[in-house]
Amino acid sequence: MKVLVPVKRVIDYNVKVKVKADQSSVDLANVKMSMNPFDEIAVEEALRLKEKCIATEVIAISIGVKKSEDVLRQALAMGADRAILIEAANDVHMDIEPLSVAKLLAKVVQAEEPGLILAGKQAIDNDMNATGQMLAALLGWGQATSASMLEITNGSAQVTREVDGGLQVVNVKLPAIVTCDLRLNEPRYASLPNIMKAKRKPLQAMTPSDYGVDVAPRLVINTTVEPPARAAGEILGSVDALVSKLKEVGVV
Amino acid sequence: MSVLLIAEISGAYIALSATAKALSAVAPLGPVTILAAGDGVDPAPLAALDGVAKVLHVEGADYGHQMPESFSELILSIAPNFTHIVAPATAAAKAILPRVAALLDVMVITDVTKLESADTFERPIYAGNATQSVTSTDPIKVLTIRTAGFDDAPAAAAAPIEGVDPTTGSDLSNWVEDRVVKTDRPELTSAGVVVSGGRGVGSEENFAIIGALADTLNAAVGASRAAVDSGYAPNDMQVGQTGKVVAPDLYIACGVSGAIQHLAGMKDSKVIVAINCDAEAPIFQVADYGLVTDLFEAVPALTEQLK
Repeated sequence: MKVLVPVKRVIDYNVKVKVKADQSSVDLANVKMSMNPFDEIAVEEALRLKEKCIATEVIAISIGVKKSEDVLRQALAMGADRAILIEAANDVHMDIEPLSVAKLLAKVVQAEEPGLILAGKQAIDNDMNATGQMLAALLGWGQATSASMLEITNGSAQVTREVDGGLQVVNVKLPAIVTCDLRLNEPRYASLPNIMKAKRKPLQAMTPSDYGVDVAPRLVINTTVEPPARAAGEILGSVDALVSKLKEVGVV
Repeated sequence: MSVLLIAEISGAYIALSATAKALSAVAPLGPVTILAAGDGVDPAPLAALDGVAKVLHVEGADYGHQMPESFSELILSIAPNFTHIVAPATAAAKAILPRVAALLDVMVITDVTKLESADTFERPIYAGNATQSVTSTDPIKVLTIRTAGFDDAPAAAAAPIEGVDPTTGSDLSNWVEDRVVKTDRPELTSAGVVVSGGRGVGSEENFAIIGALADTLNAAVGASRAAVDSGYAPNDMQVGQTGKVVAPDLYIACGVSGAIQHLAGMKDSKVIVAINCDAEAPIFQVADYGLVTDLFEAVPALTEQLK
């Protein structure tokens, strides 16, 4: 079966974010961008399924600005077979909403007919945690979010999910969508020869209008501001001093 | 304006505090109907919360297991009567509500921290390093509420409870098992005090000193991602951008370096104490009180003094 892996180009997780002066968004001009870390885990999991001869082809797809080609090349360098880029924005500050992304992905699924979609559980920019679930709904497929273990057997996926009280194990009929949590695997690094090879792997460029999907946002962004900073605290010299401070402010 | 609030219920257990906090967040919008869907659940405590107009009670094994396919179908069957469909931002709601929103062709808004009006909401983005105010243009608003910043809705005279028929259900997914850790400690997201351990704790065995301090303070135990990834603590203890978000009166971070992803989960705590031998650790930038010392000496000493 084919495995489809949506990947998003986001601000690198080590970069300290700054808000733009006009409060329209976080400033993404001239900052380091990378593949969303959860999507890297999804790519890795897809590649492991291919190595176990469960997946026949791994297709990476990204929706966003043209530069999203970078994260697709990274997925290809890790070992994905081919890539699809849907250029849906020309300004990096325009975030395509999960509902629109899900609609585009649903169209791609109709054309490609994958048996499994592996996605990151959330993007670390908008932290929405929604695209996988929305796509599952639009396709009428089963879903398993926040996976920390995945096993494919007899037309279904057995997924261990990270939930509030611990773990939940569910069995989802294929085709299905599984979203990946931090502890599913540790993504591989791409080797230099594979980075070179990735440049020659097929990458199909598309636009939302090719799929007849309207990506107009449903949410109007009013302001983006930095949260109030905490006032600097004090370093105390001893446990005794700490205990008397805590008693003074009445928290113990 | 009419609000449907999905109560957080696992099996027969109602997470009353999480539900009551979400209720106080949305009560200003208008009368609230609570959906109590579970397996063997007694909805009476939900009916006795202030601001509740009615409780809809429905039973089903899939609802008890919070299976998104069946649960979203159930919500869809009653959704047309409401302008707002909301739930506390729990793991289950995060799985279910985006699915509901997509089926209604509306955009979900997750982790709402403030309702500015009936259509305008605040939520954190970039691991809490920015706060965004958004206005929804959709006819139905589907929201999850980050409960840490809200108080529990108080008790009131009991609202009526009405039975609802379950919907057909889905065979797309099946529950296999829960591996849930039983604990006598308070629930992490609603505890008044949280003691958390990071990589500096060093091992699962050493986590006992974190637990001992927590028990002295009747606190919940938290952990950083590094501690969970290293196997020192189970995943459900993780505090941070992708774990739980807490805002207790007192948060004591022991051996936690303070990566931005961890700070995202605890920086709204009222008083933050950091104990770490590395004076340069970023956790000290958000801490009200810091001890630059060996946690293996300081934590047991603190436990002893607070007994």
